Amino acid sequence: MPTAFHIVVCAGIVPDPLQSLEPVMGPAGPALKNEMLLPAVLDPWAASALYEAAHLAATNPGSKVWLVSMAPKAKLQQVMMTVAQKAAFELVAVDGPLGGFIDAHATAAALADAISAIPGLDRTKLLLFGGWESASRGAGVTLQLIGERLSLFDQFQGVDQITVREDGSFEVLERVEGGQHQVSICSGAPALLGWATGNLPEPRSNPQVGMANMRTVMPALQKAKPAAVAAPGLHYDAAQLPAQQRQTRVEKDMTPEDIARELVAWIGAE
Amino acid sequence: MEPILVLTHADETGATLTRASLEAVSAGQALAHRLSAPLVLGVVAADAAAANALTSTGARILAVTGPDFAQPRYASDAAALEALCRAAVPSIVLAPGSSRFARVAAGVAHRLGGQIDTHITALAGASTLEVTRWFYRQRIEARLHRDGAPWFLLLEPGTNAPFASAAAPATVEPVSVTLPALRTTVSGLRAASAGEQTIRPDAKLLFVAGAGWTKKQSDGQVHAAEAGQIILGFLAKTHASLGSSKSLVDQGSDGQPVLPFLTHMNQIGQTGATPRHPKGLATCCHGEEPHVVGWRFINDRRAISLDPNCGWTRGKADVVYIADAFAVLTRLNELLATQ
Repeated sequence: MPTAFHIVVCAGIVPDPLQSLEPVMGPAGPALKNEMLLPAVLDPWAASALYEAAHLAATNPGSKVWLVSMAPKAKLQQVMMTVAQKAAFELVAVDGPLGGFIDAHATAAALADAISAIPGLDRTKLLLFGGWESASRGAGVTLQLIGERLSLFDQFQGVDQITVREDGSFEVLERVEGGQHQVSICSGAPALLGWATGNLPEPRSNPQVGMANMRTVMPALQKAKPAAVAAPGLHYDAAQLPAQQRQTRVEKDMTPEDIARELVAWIGAE
Repeated sequence: MEPILVLTHADETGATLTRASLEAVSAGQALAHRLSAPLVLGVVAADAAAANALTSTGARILAVTGPDFAQPRYASDAAALEALCRAAVPSIVLAPGSSRFARVAAGVAHRLGGQIDTHITALAGASTLEVTRWFYRQRIEARLHRDGAPWFLLLEPGTNAPFASAAAPATVEPVSVTLPALRTTVSGLRAASAGEQTIRPDAKLLFVAGAGWTKKQSDGQVHAAEAGQIILGFLAKTHASLGSSKSLVDQGSDGQPVLPFLTHMNQIGQTGATPRHPKGLATCCHGEEPHVVGWRFINDRRAISLDPNCGWTRGKADVVYIADAFAVLTRLNELLATQ
């Protein structure tokens, strides 16, 4: 018998990976130059979590997906125009700052409060999803901190697969060192899963799903509460781009034989 | 000053500390010396004998041991680390950024009212502590410090020399843990791909295959099977670790030709790994920024590409060979076979 889950996906938005990033120091700490003007996308690993959540909900009737995201409302609306076509969800928007230099502890507190306030969320059915790390802060701690605040003590990180069993328990594959997965069996919800890549491709955009989602996205954005994410104890002393630029030797005329011989010597050298 | 606590854990044998744990120990020794703070070592292992490797540190050693702590699991590991921290009452907690501790350290910091930063690549500062880490997937480097305690720092594996000393019986203070009801059972490890393991964290060379290996070649045909043989042959001869570009890994879900031994765990870059190896050889990939951020910690970089304007030629590699990787690798394998 299928198990109904209430799946909450935490997902931030990040600059498009193809954009050049330049840090600037301000009175409140570092930020990205022209941050609000940079094209943004849903955080890649969190996007994997959303696609896995949508798939899990589709295969377990009675399940529902919420997408919880904190960003400036205008930026969030821009990203939702694309994301809303990928999977069915109900948006829970938190109006807060963007960027990797925002403190994870304050962010987690704001998101945990937003999740706690979701009407109709059944904590006994809760699966809290998100990316195991973001492409901005990349610390891998926000989801854990939210989990502790919500008393979720079955947590998994670097998840690539969940397989739900008949009795509602599930098997989880987590990435560990050396290209291996740790295999765990959890007796069922509630639990927290920080996703790595998963196994699903990015869904094709579906305008019908997008239109259905947008009926709830716009009201969610309008009523998004501002979040205070100050971290007075956190001090940035510097933020800079790596200085290293290599003097590249480009060999256009070497034969495969010569290249191979040079590489053999290079590989063997200490 | 309040003590510095270094948390360590055993490997899958249960009785030997991991290399990343020993790296954290040496970092903790240096920091404690610099800040004139006492050093306390915490061990999580099935067998208390794991602590024997730490005897010569002369530090106080606390340990949580037993079969419940043989395998990584959030509920039991969080309880163990919380108990060690409450026993040591540290101002700074260092731990390896292993998958085991990365899963639980933030939760433990929250329980203790502390703060946490991860992927720490350097500890600096004379009388105070300042740490370095990367943001935006290794694209921006920042130095920061925090007020308040305890401050948890997960150290990036490979950034410190491991503590090394002859093992001797250690004087260990056992720390008892009251476990919550355990709802998760760890059943073991499973290789991400069938066949030989191609991800080798300790390899001296990273070999990265890009999507060009499965594109049409000069004869107008795709030679994915041959590409696979060449790559596996190279890995067998050099014991290199295999990485991949995202585009090549993604081809499997797009129905295009694939190299069957590649998984998302081989992926290097913005949405993949950032491994540490002394040398790296890229083949048939463009060297664009989302991929190259995964090469941040590869010191000596070479690339083989047919495109003279590829990203590697723009200051991202030390040497770029404009050539057909099929031809070069085939000959390279022949030469390596004669050695």
